Amino acid sequence: MELRWKKRLMDEGEINRAVNRMAHEIIERSDRLEGVVLVGIHTRGIPMAEHLSKLIKHYEGVELPVGKLDITLYRDDLTEIGVQPIVRRTEVPVDIHDRELVLCDDVLYTGRTARAALDALMDLGRPSLIRLAVLVDRGHRELPIQADYVGRAIQTSRSEVIKVRFHSTDGQEGVDLLERGS
Amino acid sequence: MMEAVQIRHRHLLDLEDWSASEIESLWRTTDAMVEVMQRKVKKVPALQGLTIVTLFFENSTRTRLSFERAAKAQSAEVLNFAAGGSSLSKGESLKDTLKAIDAMQADLYVVRHGVAGTPHQLSRWTDAAIVNAGDGRRAHPTQALLDGYTFRQGFRGFDGFRGKRLVIVGDVMHSRVARSNIGLWTKLGAEVVLCGPRTLLPTELGHWPGVQRCFRLEEAVEGAHAVMALRMQRERMQSGLFPSLSEYQARYQLTAKVMEHAHPDALVMHPGPMNRDVEIEGVLADSPRSVIEQQVANGVPVRMAVLYSLLVGRAR
Repeated sequence: MELRWKKRLMDEGEINRAVNRMAHEIIERSDRLEGVVLVGIHTRGIPMAEHLSKLIKHYEGVELPVGKLDITLYRDDLTEIGVQPIVRRTEVPVDIHDRELVLCDDVLYTGRTARAALDALMDLGRPSLIRLAVLVDRGHRELPIQADYVGRAIQTSRSEVIKVRFHSTDGQEGVDLLERGS
Repeated sequence: MMEAVQIRHRHLLDLEDWSASEIESLWRTTDAMVEVMQRKVKKVPALQGLTIVTLFFENSTRTRLSFERAAKAQSAEVLNFAAGGSSLSKGESLKDTLKAIDAMQADLYVVRHGVAGTPHQLSRWTDAAIVNAGDGRRAHPTQALLDGYTFRQGFRGFDGFRGKRLVIVGDVMHSRVARSNIGLWTKLGAEVVLCGPRTLLPTELGHWPGVQRCFRLEEAVEGAHAVMALRMQRERMQSGLFPSLSEYQARYQLTAKVMEHAHPDALVMHPGPMNRDVEIEGVLADSPRSVIEQQVANGVPVRMAVLYSLLVGRAR
């Protein structure tokens, strides 16, 4: 599939400001910040969760644990697709039973990844509350799912692709809009 | 670090046509499956709606259970076919039996058969995927994959198979486990030393690249990183392949004393079922060097990874 670059949506500074704002919102909305666990969805939800954890520690002095969640085994299209997704190890370092979780991902689109993540988390325990944080909400939901913390909401068409890059996963940072070639 | 690759095989008949990077990718998937098996809820929906049939023409409750656990942990349906008491004893051919079961919409067969090549033959008669769970003396690929995985996981400071030495002790001639492990370890760059009475070590295996034969146990074990004892079956004595069990024990039983010749971190392995104090000293099997229990435990995640790799991403 050929992808054509269209425009830059967020540069490094804009990502930082958005994540900063989300960190403040998480601090404000949590009744007991010490009990919150950040869970990043593989791959780019993880650097986002780590970024949030670092900022929250900076502002409040509380270090929130960061978990890594792989949702591959919970996808609803595994027997329908022609490629084999790589399964990565889920590593959630704390017992999530009765904890408040913030699920982190880079892009919210159809909502199917978030649905799979909710099922995966339920198999790990029974959290008291789960909220969803995304850097970009691009619309086109196929399931009744919404984010609680949004870095930037962007109107897109289905033929467009959002590419998020973080230093730790991609060696550079930015959000770009691409178009699928015909 | 090696990049994970897509596994494009339709079947797992043996490991000959699997590349080193495909095997490493399968083991990475296994790492993820190990975590699944540590959860309170040991079940993921990955293979929901798929049907796996175990076709065992030779008894092996343990291997069958391990596959069944691996399938159910991923939410597949499992049907078990045991040859004893089935239509095969009423004279039906293997092909007709398979066709009858095929009509029930199986997606994958796990096959164990006493005749070498049976899984290959079955793969020509069905559209379903085939996993070889042991055919004659030829191959037992999932056992070799779990043995290799156990070494990769358990050897202190593991940095690859290159330069490592595996010793296989005992009845190599009749062992598909030995043949599959020889193939796997040499492919990954390790050396394999076969040890046992001359009558049980086929000459031709000694000509494989990276494989040597050795008839003295202490000498074979010298500097080894892993030593695997094979089960000594009593029938072999009756067939005159070695003089007596006590002589076998005296010369080839793997003991803590023998292991003093091995690398200080060497692991002791056994594919099971084991005859304690026959081919392996009981206290050695229970010692910290022994990874025999881990081998059994790793059987499930390794087979989960095999089923996942053969069944997911198959849509056309």
